[in-house]
Amino acid sequence: MTWRSGLAMVGLSVSLAACDNMANQPKLNPYELPYGSQTEWPLKPVPHTVARDEPLNAPSPPPVTMALLVRGQQRFNIYCSPCHSRLGDGNGMIVQRGFPHPPSYLSETLRQAPNQLFYDVITHGYGAMYSYADRVEPADRWAIVAYIRALQASASASLSDVPADKRGGLQ
Amino acid sequence: MAVFGPRANLFMTAALLVAFCGGIFIPLGIWVVPLMGYNTQERFAPVQPVPFSHKHHVSGLGIDCRYCHTTVEISANAGMPSTAVCMTCHSQVWTNAAMLAPDRQSLAKDVPIRWTRVYGLPDYVYFDHSIHIAKGVGCTECHGPIGDMAMTWKASTLYMSWCLSCHRDPAPHLRPSDQVFNPHWRRSESTPSGQVLMAQYHIKTQNLSDCGICHR
Repeated sequence: MTWRSGLAMVGLSVSLAACDNMANQPKLNPYELPYGSQTEWPLKPVPHTVARDEPLNAPSPPPVTMALLVRGQQRFNIYCSPCHSRLGDGNGMIVQRGFPHPPSYLSETLRQAPNQLFYDVITHGYGAMYSYADRVEPADRWAIVAYIRALQASASASLSDVPADKRGGLQ
Repeated sequence: MAVFGPRANLFMTAALLVAFCGGIFIPLGIWVVPLMGYNTQERFAPVQPVPFSHKHHVSGLGIDCRYCHTTVEISANAGMPSTAVCMTCHSQVWTNAAMLAPDRQSLAKDVPIRWTRVYGLPDYVYFDHSIHIAKGVGCTECHGPIGDMAMTWKASTLYMSWCLSCHRDPAPHLRPSDQVFNPHWRRSESTPSGQVLMAQYHIKTQNLSDCGICHR
């Protein structure tokens, strides 16, 4: 009798130690399908619905501020510069590795192009370029457009365009 | 009646043997085995459906972490790139590479690639990437030399003691906010000291090791 209860105790303690339910709770983690779900990947939104945080109308262009340009520069360098290069001339690293050459922002055509064109290309893609709608938020798209305008302006700027007190480092 | 029975020597030897082995194996089991890489999976690179190289994409091509891990600044989850993110470039570059076949099938069949998890936390830990990014903890603080990993290997134990080592003394692990995503950043002479950065990020250590910071 005693060795049996001893064995049962050992068995119980081993099974208790192995059962770490707190580590795997009945809740959904990102990228997990509901337990026993019959749904197949990918879980797609129901047709004719929008995500809760999706804006119904595209935001209008915000006023251009220094903060917007800084944000635009950061987002541009993350998402656009691999192909368009940090200068906007389209000689980015991925282009050097064989991606089709995108048009340079510094071309006369794109200097004359309306702001909405850049916004729409980020949203829907163009030619070989995929849509960036899932990576760049609508507000950030306008920030990037503003920064592209800054790149265009800086490419043809002369020293006299720079405020007098900032010229020192450029000369 | 003798004090020691005929099997006393046997019992004595057995007791000494048990004590000796216990003295070695119990401390080993408590302090050494749990810290072995075999257990923590540290330095272990699981097999992935596509042999993605951070070294090539980050250090070689200079792609920012956030190009693929888009939600790392705004969400608890860093975000795994969808097949479309891979295909942004690979629809034009390396289009016939055999190692990218799972990517192309995933796109054609509309079935996501199921990557093997490298860093797994138990469900009772509520880790949030975004707050660590916002407070100046660089990617490489936890993910090691991720920009130089050909195959992604686990660079930290994820033990609570490891979390607490930083939560109790965050200063040496902070960096300026523009260097958070730089995989090769090193503290230099001109880097603001940890204390300055602590003040800058408004990091207060008095409740940073409270249970409720990570457990709900």
